[in-house]
Amino acid sequence: MAENSNENSNRKPVSDFVLPFERKIVELEALRDKATSEEERATIGAELERERTNVVANLTPWQRMQLARHPNRPRMMDYVRRVLDDVIELHGDRLGGDDPAMITGIGRFRGRTVAVVGQQKGDTTDERIRRNFGMPHPEGYRKALRVFEMAERLHMPIVSFVDTPAADPSVESEAHGQAGAIARNLWAMLRLKTPIFVAILGEGGSGGALAIALGDWVAMFEYAIYVVCPPERCAEILWRDIDKKEMAASALKITAADLLSLGVIDRILPEPGGGAHRDPEQSAQVLTEELDRFLGDYCSKDNWDPAQRQQRFRRLGHWRETG
Amino acid sequence: MPFFKRRRFVSIVGPKSRVPDGLWMKCPSCGQAVYRAEVEENLWVCPSCGHHHRITARTRIQYLVDPESFRETHTNVDTLDPLEFTVGEVSYLDKVKKAKDKTGITEAIITGFASVEDVPTVLAVMDFFFMGGSMGSVVGEKFCRAADDAIRERLPIVVFSTAGGARMQEGILGLMQMAKTSNAVRALNEAGIPYISVLTDPTTGGVCASFASLGDIMIAEPNAEIGFAGKRLIEGALKVKIPEGFQTAEYQYQNGFLDQIVKRSDMRAFLGRLLRYLAPNRPVEQPVQ
Ligand SMILES: [Zn+2]
Repeated sequence: MAENSNENSNRKPVSDFVLPFERKIVELEALRDKATSEEERATIGAELERERTNVVANLTPWQRMQLARHPNRPRMMDYVRRVLDDVIELHGDRLGGDDPAMITGIGRFRGRTVAVVGQQKGDTTDERIRRNFGMPHPEGYRKALRVFEMAERLHMPIVSFVDTPAADPSVESEAHGQAGAIARNLWAMLRLKTPIFVAILGEGGSGGALAIALGDWVAMFEYAIYVVCPPERCAEILWRDIDKKEMAASALKITAADLLSLGVIDRILPEPGGGAHRDPEQSAQVLTEELDRFLGDYCSKDNWDPAQRQQRFRRLGHWRETG
Repeated sequence: MPFFKRRRFVSIVGPKSRVPDGLWMKCPSCGQAVYRAEVEENLWVCPSCGHHHRITARTRIQYLVDPESFRETHTNVDTLDPLEFTVGEVSYLDKVKKAKDKTGITEAIITGFASVEDVPTVLAVMDFFFMGGSMGSVVGEKFCRAADDAIRERLPIVVFSTAGGARMQEGILGLMQMAKTSNAVRALNEAGIPYISVLTDPTTGGVCASFASLGDIMIAEPNAEIGFAGKRLIEGALKVKIPEGFQTAEYQYQNGFLDQIVKRSDMRAFLGRLLRYLAPNRPVEQPVQ
């Protein structure tokens, strides 16, 4: 992370990409910036606040999916820089590879050292390509695993940031054992004798997300999504029509509120009106407080035990017993 | 094992394999027209090229276990529809009902106790003909209960996988079964219970990326498709040509992910040997210092 510390520091919106339902927000922002008097600025500002709140109040699951994939949405490293005091990046899986889609390191948080792991999608076109759009290869999962194991040895809590469309689907990743790498991480995360905090930042894409997402505490941003498969693929397979993706997004129950009620996450992290990219500072503050609560309250409990994490995942699922 | 002698045995003869009916069938691998009865006689393996056809869980159990030794467990775990998932007019539970009627089994995995070549074991066998072998809450729960049985009875566990992946109709709960089943493998490992994972055609997606890849011993049937991402997805995303033999058992074996590829006709004898050698040992007592 040290070597990348200039990459998108003081982050400005990385593109002028605007979703259809964001247009009015962008227009009002432009008007506010052109305002000639304080009074005018305040009037437009108030309207802007209302619009930001209105927009997110009525989002469909598909629109939330679009927000979660927004190119301007804050990335893992935007949070790492704001939430942690200092970070040292650790490279390589010790087995012959180093995957830029997965960033690992150790960081300082309020006087404590934590291990940091997460997928980084990238901002510029070059960075996105270099980081494979945040889709880790087996080397990325194995890098995360060896940092998990180091964290356990050295008694560091683990902080995991989830933001990926999927595990890398390529001939190379298959040849290098993508399935086994994901499976091994699931197995290990349920075994680790150190506290694990997970934050779902944007896209929680299937097994590629899950492989770093088994925590004692799983927090999820309000407009992030977490899916068993992309709605487009679900529409293709179950509706046999990719145009039914909006229907699939609704049916799959992918929003933070859905996941809270299904017992998959523990807390929804509120986002600023219009989404995290409208005010990354504020989103980072919310995450900071949540992590502080976890490390302060949860981890200091004398009875902390990975058995609680194991039981949590043992219980997940809905079924009934007959006769 | 007194455990087995106490119980009444349940017959394991199930519905026939779901290969198209008719006197003759065409092998999808070599294209030969072969006598259906002859293929069936040959454990659903093509007599001409050795292609291993997909078979139902019941048929597999019949081929595998000692006669009359199978006792099915956990048939009372039944599917729910947590998301109220509907495609058009068809609800998820309608689809499950259809799958139950078609296959004669209650979910995409059958669990039980059996003996193989006189070695008692816990057995879990997935069925691709039940909704593509997809893993939902019931598959996850039954897998975990079978693992609990193995730990409690100090028996090894053999799992035959076949699946397209997680059950989409259960959304995120389908995905979570990957974590749940991996946790069961962790418990088996910590208890020192041998876990033999056998991958059959096809084992892909979330099942391949969880318990199926975590065996102490990893075996596959010949020509089984094994991999994480679907071929169509890989081709589509990257506009690349898939190499010949990609994601076959033979390919995974060459890349170091399998211990052995075992023919269906050899499976019972091979597992018998393996189970005899792996039967859970008591840990060696530490000498007193
Ligand atoms: Zn043939």
